[in-house]
Amino acid sequence: MSIILDHISYVYGEDGPMAVKALDDVCLQIPDGQFVGIIGHTGSGKSTLVQHMNGLLKATSGHIYFNGEDIYDRDFEMKKLRSKVGLVFQYPEHQLFEIDVFSDVCFGPKNLGLDKKEAELRAFDALRKVGLPMELYYQSPFELSGGQKRRAAIAGVLAMAPEMLILDEPTAGLDPKGRDEILHQIKQLQTQTNMTILLVSHSMEDVAEYVDRIVVMNKGKVMYDDVPKKVFSHYKELEEVGLAAPQVTYILHELRERGFRVDVNATTIEEAAEAVLQALKNDGK
Amino acid sequence: MLRDITLGQYYQTESVVHRLDPRVKLGGTLLFIISLFLFRNFLGYGVAVVFLGVVIGLSHVPFRYIVKGMRAILFLLLITVFFNLFLTPGTELVSFWKLTITVEGLRMAVNIAVRLTMLIIGSSIMTLTTTPNNLTDGMEKMMKPLKLFRVPVHEVAMIMSIALRFIPILLEETDKIMKAQIARGADFETGNIVKRARALVPLLVPLFISAFRRANDLAMAMEARCYRGGEGRTKMKPLVYQKRDRIGYLCILCYLAVGITVGRLTLF
Repeated sequence: MSIILDHISYVYGEDGPMAVKALDDVCLQIPDGQFVGIIGHTGSGKSTLVQHMNGLLKATSGHIYFNGEDIYDRDFEMKKLRSKVGLVFQYPEHQLFEIDVFSDVCFGPKNLGLDKKEAELRAFDALRKVGLPMELYYQSPFELSGGQKRRAAIAGVLAMAPEMLILDEPTAGLDPKGRDEILHQIKQLQTQTNMTILLVSHSMEDVAEYVDRIVVMNKGKVMYDDVPKKVFSHYKELEEVGLAAPQVTYILHELRERGFRVDVNATTIEEAAEAVLQALKNDGK
Repeated sequence: MLRDITLGQYYQTESVVHRLDPRVKLGGTLLFIISLFLFRNFLGYGVAVVFLGVVIGLSHVPFRYIVKGMRAILFLLLITVFFNLFLTPGTELVSFWKLTITVEGLRMAVNIAVRLTMLIIGSSIMTLTTTPNNLTDGMEKMMKPLKLFRVPVHEVAMIMSIALRFIPILLEETDKIMKAQIARGADFETGNIVKRARALVPLLVPLFISAFRRANDLAMAMEARCYRGGEGRTKMKPLVYQKRDRIGYLCILCYLAVGITVGRLTLF
């Protein structure tokens, strides 16, 4: 299963006074099982981009191919696409509406036409995957804490058993602990099920640790599309567009500039520590 | 889909009409609407069309954009025209099947259609060229005399401006929730009436919750800034009439004088 975006452009309010080009000639290819981070500043078009991937927005120009099928073909079934590509919106807890968490998670699978039993099985499975405690299943979703609500909402999308999961800023508004928990869980999900995951974020630090590949968006265009190490090596250019590489990148580059022969490619704190130790050892020789 | 409603929206651009005092525009619109109902012949409408055309020209709002807003009331217009055309008794003009068109009916229908169209275009010019805040400011000031009769003018104006401010926010929110539920396989577009009404539950429940949450937040924020109604409250940008506003009033009066004189001549 793969998604190919072929020269996608999108304009908001096309004939109004304030037409905005949100996406400008974007080409992307997302293969099976990859964990991709989409990074960009507010208004860089990242949310607009992911809404194209399950057909919620129709590109002004360009084509999107899902498993080799053009999703803008007249006989293409959007509903099928939406069951395969799960999209978790920003602040997904705002979409909860049922009387209890469990029924809310069942909403998605029921819409797919599954019978009650199958839908409930999937709901259980999804709730287990997001790590929501069992005793909360039959509580009103509005009584949960912020982090719990978010898990419940993510479970609502997971219950549709998508092959690809897109999460738009899943950590927005959470405290550092809640953020780490959710990101860990997503990574776990990816390694266990080999699901394709797209993580939209404005923070490099958040994604650096988890993703295989980073797509940097700027003003509706793809600025960089590479493995994290390579992307972070452009840390000066990233700063110019209001993004920052992880702090360790700065420290390592600074050390390097002052004559300390250290490997600057580390992206996480652990890797950086390892690199510094290695450099110290080499210096000692 | 929801973004297509241009009726009551503000169109941001630079023009004389935009800069006019909201009171001039409010009063002018009101007089314009009244004038439409005073005309007895079609010449009067001609004067109104010319006046409206000049105002639209001055406002720099593309005509296409205004007409787009008309689509929302097209249905209403058609129904009114239909009933007037076929259900007015009088001398028969043509008749087919069970329907008859009378001379009076035709006259009525054209009359109503022209009036409604001009009424809507006239008032959308006002909303297109005036920010909601300015509009309520103008209303508040115009209704000041009502305070003598213990009408809470400031509160009413505040409620209106908040309501107007919330429309785009709630539209955006609706759009977002709708998309989120569609992403979860919800279907808002097919099925019979019962099914469609049921499909609205996943949309309306979160929408109401979010509206209450926002109202609560706003009330809290206002309270934190010591808002306590209109008593002794001053404005950051008080409305003061300028030279162009006086000219504006003069133009409206000229239009009224010419329009009513011509429109009430009994030529036909």
